[in-house]
Amino acid sequence: MAFDSLSDKLQNIFKNLRGKGRLTEADVKAALKEVKMALLEADVNFKVVKQFVKSVEERAVGQDVLTSLTPGQMVIKIVNEEMVSLMGSETTEITIKPGNDITVILMAGLQGAGKTTTTAKLAGKFKEKGKKPLLVACDVYRPAAVEQLQINGEKQGVEVFAMGTSQNPVDIAKAAMNHAKMNNFNVVILDTAGRLHVDEDMMAELQNIKEQVTVDQTILVVDSMTGQDAVNVAASFNEKIGIDGVILTKLDGDTRGGAALSIKAVTGKPILYVGMGEKLSDLEQFYPDRMASRILGMGDVLTLIEKAEAQIDADKAKEMEQKLKKAEFDFDDFLEYMGQIKNMGGIGSIMNMLPGMGLGSQMKNVAVPDDAEANLKRTESIIYSMTAKERKNPDILNPSRKNRIAKGAGVDISEVNRLVKQFEQMKKMMKQMPGMMKGAKKGRFKLPF
Amino acid sequence: MGLFSKLKEGLSKTRDNIVSGIDSIFSGFSSIDDDFYDELEETLIMGDIGVRATDEIIEELKEKVKENKIKQPMECKQLLIDTIKEKMDLGENAYDFENQKSIVMLIGVNGVGKTTSVGKLAGHLRAMDKKVIMAAADTFRAAAIEQLTEWSHRTGADIIAQSEGSDPAAVIFDSIAAAKARHADVLLCDTAGRLHNKKNLMAELAKIDRVIEREYSDAYRENLIVLDATTGQNALSQLKEFKEVTDITGIILTKMDGTAKGGIAVAIQAEYGIPVKYIGVGEQVEDLQKFNSEDFVNALFDVHLSDGE
Repeated sequence: MAFDSLSDKLQNIFKNLRGKGRLTEADVKAALKEVKMALLEADVNFKVVKQFVKSVEERAVGQDVLTSLTPGQMVIKIVNEEMVSLMGSETTEITIKPGNDITVILMAGLQGAGKTTTTAKLAGKFKEKGKKPLLVACDVYRPAAVEQLQINGEKQGVEVFAMGTSQNPVDIAKAAMNHAKMNNFNVVILDTAGRLHVDEDMMAELQNIKEQVTVDQTILVVDSMTGQDAVNVAASFNEKIGIDGVILTKLDGDTRGGAALSIKAVTGKPILYVGMGEKLSDLEQFYPDRMASRILGMGDVLTLIEKAEAQIDADKAKEMEQKLKKAEFDFDDFLEYMGQIKNMGGIGSIMNMLPGMGLGSQMKNVAVPDDAEANLKRTESIIYSMTAKERKNPDILNPSRKNRIAKGAGVDISEVNRLVKQFEQMKKMMKQMPGMMKGAKKGRFKLPF
Repeated sequence: MGLFSKLKEGLSKTRDNIVSGIDSIFSGFSSIDDDFYDELEETLIMGDIGVRATDEIIEELKEKVKENKIKQPMECKQLLIDTIKEKMDLGENAYDFENQKSIVMLIGVNGVGKTTSVGKLAGHLRAMDKKVIMAAADTFRAAAIEQLTEWSHRTGADIIAQSEGSDPAAVIFDSIAAAKARHADVLLCDTAGRLHNKKNLMAELAKIDRVIEREYSDAYRENLIVLDATTGQNALSQLKEFKEVTDITGIILTKMDGTAKGGIAVAIQAEYGIPVKYIGVGEQVEDLQKFNSEDFVNALFDVHLSDGE
């Protein structure tokens, strides 16, 4: 089944387009077709995908491509930014009232989404924070649902309020509130039965509970493997009972979890936590940016783009390119370049992050020798041992100056000679750069090595 | 927020334009053109059929349209229905296990409705006057055994269970012994929900499978994977992994009473050739039905959005 990764597909599309300064409509369309496929394969709702792709297209056409990125990466960058902004840019917590005020949380969702398990997990979280949670068994329909909550509550060391299965869930919720007030509980979590969003009677039951009991937070529990129907489910629950947040369960599977995007898009409500396993401690904070990468199926490329963006000043890079073309390149520029590469986590980490350039690929041998990182440091110390004048005018380096530099850097004079020679070669190479770039794939980052 | 409002607008617009049923698509177009195929594609993908299977279906349809020189959208309606129905063919021996000594194992990820399906299946078989034993081999989830016990009361099927946390393969072993001793017609095995990417849990299932092979080799084997109809493309990944462990003979598609179309079953048929044998449409004993491809395909195109407006 393995889906080809989106980054590989995009790389193929843009194989012949490297070095373009601006994203044309055709480029963007071609790339977005693949993005659309990736999103659909990740189960993002079709209508959400259509809207999303349209808004990305509007933004992307005509955009300048950052010097440090290929057009494909530029499109992904825009896609990712739009996605993160859609998913919400930060993590959201469940708001809990201070002190002994009771916060009431209602858990709702389809059958089998994982409400009862999640309820127990949440109770554990609140207990950790020093709260005194009470779990309420309002699922009187599914056989043994009450027992399930009782067993899980016991495992968490949290009290469970249950009245069997013959009482009405609304009455149970009301009685539980009294019990909570009398016994100083400050968080009450109502575990309700799974129900279909089209089941009018069952939806009315939730409305009733909310009318009779002041619910502070209504949380929709959704299976992260849900497909296209996620929008219908989320929209109906939101319309009929009103939801404040979402918990995504079973994310420890291998689903890409596109439902997260769909739900956020139709309800606008934040995703609060994600269920990451069967143990009652496996409930984690939700990170919108990570989810965006997961849905796109391309975490590493995004990390690389972020790094490139953060570390390489676009203008500086342009200036550098000009210098290279005119062969005005000196040792100061060389130093700066090296600094940028180090900021990005070193040559090795950059190479590993590039699609199709993992360990063992042929690019590695062509572009960077294994000891490149160590060499980088030695090279740096040699350059630092030069005077400002020498760095600006490499031509004045005579044997006596080289000797002094070698002593200062603590290296043999032959190494200084080698560096100067390499530098001259590189300068020569740079002049032919535009042609070179197309030949050797390393042009994407314009590594001078 | 721009996107939210646009999307909502889009959804409500769709809602207004809906003519229920498959005819809406075919009557809405006057000729068979790219727009028509795009609309079909959208409907199929919205039903969770997935990009790949959708492309396949549309390509096949295009060919048939060409072959038969069809010009009107309405005329290719039946072609499309047939194309999908062909794909969803059950085969002749789909329910053979009902009429001989058999062991039926239900497997699947968490929360799809395995225990409920075992209960309903027991009810269905009991109604046929079969001697049924249920094996409570979900020893992991809290109260799963109690849940199955309740189904045993409801259906009159026997239940073999040990305590929570015991070895599920041992439960199966005991159940097979009981099935032999009591001359049961059908032994139904409930198993714990497990995500298919968890190595240990899949190994546990492999062990159960081995025990059945060794201890009950003369029984007819039926291994049903239970899928939630709301599941998206991840079900393909589930099938792939579960298939590695045991020979899957069919699918139970649950929660078909919601708005989900269960189109993922079409993708699974296309990719692995495993047929849907039952669909679950509610929580009562009688809410497990044998699969009917005609109804299924019709429902696929029955575009109703939430709250049935």
